[in-house]
Amino acid sequence: MSPALTKSLNAICAWIDQTPLSQAIQVTNWVVPAVQTVHILAIAVVASSALMIDLRLIGVFWADRPMKDVLSRFLPFVWWPLLILFATGAIMIIGEPARSLKNPAFQLKMTLLVAALIVTGLIQFFQRRDTKFGDLSRGPHAGAVTVAIASLALWSAIIFAGRWIAYYA
Amino acid sequence: MEIARALGWLQTTPVAKAISENEILFPWIESVHVLAIVLVVGTISIVDLRLLGVASLDRAVSRLMHDVLPYTWGAFVIAAITGLLMFSSDAVNYAHNFFFRGKLVLLALAGLNMAVFHIVGAGDVARWGNTRQTPLPAKAAAVISLLVWISVVAFGRGIGFTMH
Repeated sequence: MSPALTKSLNAICAWIDQTPLSQAIQVTNWVVPAVQTVHILAIAVVASSALMIDLRLIGVFWADRPMKDVLSRFLPFVWWPLLILFATGAIMIIGEPARSLKNPAFQLKMTLLVAALIVTGLIQFFQRRDTKFGDLSRGPHAGAVTVAIASLALWSAIIFAGRWIAYYA
Repeated sequence: MEIARALGWLQTTPVAKAISENEILFPWIESVHVLAIVLVVGTISIVDLRLLGVASLDRAVSRLMHDVLPYTWGAFVIAAITGLLMFSSDAVNYAHNFFFRGKLVLLALAGLNMAVFHIVGAGDVARWGNTRQTPLPAKAAAVISLLVWISVVAFGRGIGFTMH
């Protein structure tokens, strides 16, 4: 990171740190574990829903059902819990700004998150453009399997990076 | 006492010592544990939401369980193995930790709830499993399951915040 960026990041962290909300979180020791619990539960919903979509793309889950049905069941459970994840994530950042924002594991996690959201959006886009996307009767489906593997790898890596925030702090 | 001796022995085994002495091993095992437990809880909730009549209503209950639960069990086995590895690294202290003990009790409750549902609640699943409406015992099993697994995650975090 450039020195200028590091400097402004330090300033942002220092500013967040002295806000009343940050101070309140810092002195109330049950907040972080409670918020982390909600964060993990929301990740459970997102990761499992993404897993079901990916397994369908690979062809080992709900193979008898059209992709459209699989996405209408599971995609809302990928997108909507993200609101909870951003909210709980924000609380953790406000409580410990330097420990998160300046943390390489956190920065990696956010990069991976952007990639995972793009891949999820792509799956949605492919299905809308081509209603037979992921249709197993078509034979080889290398494209569908590729996005599925990318999605599985990204969501797993996000969970790993999330846990590693604690060890880089 | 026998248990205390067993715990003392466990944490001196080569695997346990490797985990407690190596800085990198524990975080990696813990990351796999989190990934596994996330999938356990998430996939179980898919079945629970069906039993509550909330989601996947166009899939028969027994069919959905057959589709989803193998992944739940696979993830559970990985969570149990990684959990045991972390436990072994500091067995005596974990065994005395309130949240660790509570988590074991909760896991037993989850198993009991599942057994009662499979033996009693799901006995007539052929009659209602294809319908959107589910009977009260099925809904009760789903609510208990959700509450217990939410608590398992909370207690797991509790262990993390009290053990290091």
